[in-house]
Amino acid sequence: MANNFGRILSSKRNVGILSLIGAGSLTAGFLLNREHVTAGAQARRVYPASAEYPDLRKHNNCMASHLTPAIYAKLVDKATPNGYSLDQAIQTGVDNPGHPFIKTVGMVAGDEESYEVFADLLDPVIKERHNGYDPQIMTHPTDLDSSKLTSGNFDERYVLSSRVRTGRSIRGLSLPPACTRAERREVERVVVDALAGLKGDLAGTYYSLTHMTDQEQQQLIDDHFLFDKPVSPLLTCSGMARDWPDARGIWHNNTKTFLIWINEEDHTRVISMEKGGNMKRVFDRFCTGLKEVERLIQEKGWEFMWNERLGYILTCPSNLGTGLRAGVHVNLPKLSKDPRFTKILDNLRLQKRGTGGVDTAAVGSTFDISNLDRLGQSEVQLVQTVVDGVNYLIDCEKKLEKGQDIKIPPPFKK
Amino acid sequence: MPFGNTHNVLKLKYASSEEYPDLSQHNNHMAKILTPAIYERLRSKETPSGFTLDDVIQTGIDNPGHPFIMTVGCVAGDEETYEVFKELLDPIIEDRHGGYKPTDKHKTDLNPDNLKGGDDLDPNYVISSRVRTGRSIRGFCLPPHCSRGERRGVEKMSVEALDSLSGDLKGKYYALKNMTDAEQQQLIDDHFLFDKPVSPLLLASGMARDWPDGRGIWHNDTKTFLVWVNEEDHLRVISMQKGGNMKEVFNRFCTGLTKIETLFKDKGTSFMWNEHLGYVLTCPSNLGTGLRAGVHVKIPNMSKHDKFEEVLKRLRLQKRGTGGVDTAAVGGTFDISNADRLGFSEVELVQMVVDGVKLLVEMEKKLEKGQSIDDLMPAQK
Repeated sequence: MANNFGRILSSKRNVGILSLIGAGSLTAGFLLNREHVTAGAQARRVYPASAEYPDLRKHNNCMASHLTPAIYAKLVDKATPNGYSLDQAIQTGVDNPGHPFIKTVGMVAGDEESYEVFADLLDPVIKERHNGYDPQIMTHPTDLDSSKLTSGNFDERYVLSSRVRTGRSIRGLSLPPACTRAERREVERVVVDALAGLKGDLAGTYYSLTHMTDQEQQQLIDDHFLFDKPVSPLLTCSGMARDWPDARGIWHNNTKTFLIWINEEDHTRVISMEKGGNMKRVFDRFCTGLKEVERLIQEKGWEFMWNERLGYILTCPSNLGTGLRAGVHVNLPKLSKDPRFTKILDNLRLQKRGTGGVDTAAVGSTFDISNLDRLGQSEVQLVQTVVDGVNYLIDCEKKLEKGQDIKIPPPFKK
Repeated sequence: MPFGNTHNVLKLKYASSEEYPDLSQHNNHMAKILTPAIYERLRSKETPSGFTLDDVIQTGIDNPGHPFIMTVGCVAGDEETYEVFKELLDPIIEDRHGGYKPTDKHKTDLNPDNLKGGDDLDPNYVISSRVRTGRSIRGFCLPPHCSRGERRGVEKMSVEALDSLSGDLKGKYYALKNMTDAEQQQLIDDHFLFDKPVSPLLLASGMARDWPDGRGIWHNDTKTFLVWVNEEDHLRVISMQKGGNMKEVFNRFCTGLTKIETLFKDKGTSFMWNEHLGYVLTCPSNLGTGLRAGVHVKIPNMSKHDKFEEVLKRLRLQKRGTGGVDTAAVGGTFDISNADRLGFSEVELVQMVVDGVKLLVEMEKKLEKGQSIDDLMPAQK
């Protein structure tokens, strides 16, 4: 049995073990004497891949579009070195068929190696989700030099607030769908330790979800900082909400312009934000803060998950690359009623959301406008896209105010 | 390992104290019994199919419970769970099942001839009668842990067995994923259709994965014998009819179950059962008989009497609203059923319900006439 141990770690179902036990066990149940079964030896009823293949006929998500029976059969016996399997990665997509109008991703990564071990499925999913980016041949540019950003100050008669967010994962620890309680606590410890080293306008405090006082909780709610246990089945079916609220928390700086979520959908979500239209300053702080945190964890021997194929590695394939969403809350009363609004946004590579975030409706004429893309362009490029695009939208709004006509811009070229 | 537990070996890299869950806000049987020492001793173990301690307790960690309702807080992933994790589950079973000891033996009695009376509950008061239980098929993992292939295997085997029933048990299977709109509406109107669970107690155990794959409802043509496939257990078996003839309901229940068990034996398997725990089901609260025998009964006067709860307690009965567990009663009509599952046989439990409901109806009639019920107060069973 000991010789098989290494093989068992990388093979979820080992038919060889069952043949040792005897085919009779398949119908008569387990004939094993429990004391002779070592930890890790799997004596589970085994079906061929075709009998395990999920029924995806009613499904509309990226996983369902690309998981053929052949790919399933090829990958179903594999597991990452941590033991994460294909069935675990796709569970959320099996449990959530999707929506006819919104195409969800339908799978997650349990660790950094998931993106390698299950590449036969993840690469086509990534390509579909990220507008043709092919992880097999392309490389992703990372650029956190915010000095390159131009024209990053918006007209504050229109732009109410500016925000940039991303995520970071700690290399060597499993991701939220798969992590053990000890790993999750270690993520918390590593990150909180590093954040305690931030100084100047980045100095701040950590509020653990388990230990915060009622007053702290109320303040965080009033600041719109507090995150709650997810209710969306897209998230809960992946297993990322297990053991809530153990090792989850919120850190923010004293001026409330730099905020970090720990162990929500990713190891960390990093947010820089301010009222008003100074996207340049928001992005400056974003880059400085990220680089400082990276330096502080490196001092202790840790690093972020990153590679040149996929950029920063996060739980959901939709957040690979930069994981960056830069956006504003902007008031566009005339433009938002113009029938060309959607086309203008499309060509600018921007998306609109309600001011409550993803899947909310706009209130009045104030929209959340942000970049569509995540992977294949750098942070500087994406924020510049938002800056140029929002400036264009404000220009349109001003023209419409004066009764002038507006133009649909040409489609964005990288 | 349905989700998120990776391979148990990874966790063993960390000290037990680093993995031990925070149960300081918790109020369920698992949180009452689990200690760091027990956790340390059990965490390196797995059942032969790979179910681990964290798999057992995940639902209890994710659902701290309620100050007034004591949930169980753990599930089994296969038959061996109750052996491998005995050190944790035996005390939980003892706590939940009225002091049932690890050395106790459970008696199974599905001979309906042993039931005395039960065919004459007054239909002016007793609106309907019902008996339900669950069964697990030996050799297959239970709903928290089964793979899609296994769940489909359970469905296939069960449907084959049910399709060969004849006489008044002859019926039809409706797979959840294939039913037509018309069939669905009919099942809703009959109050037979079950839906994907929404309770986080159930979801956190992993039993709703891949819904509705492998799930379905079978019922006989006369709509008096119903089987749920792959909901919280492999099989839930229900016998029911309008009126107060509990004897007939129990007859059909026993006949149906015995026939189904024979059919499974012909296929080389059987139901999970042992002489200590009786029938083995997903939730420790359903061990033994897994049986709930109950009636919907009109007792508006009795239910307002200040001795109502005391009477129920002495009769070993419990009340629920007519919507089932966690619902409120409507207009004085209650669901009255046995409180016990383990340590009494099926016949004994149904007898308690039959005798108890008869007494409650007698008391109701007395109260209607403005008479006292003091001389009818029962002794503690």
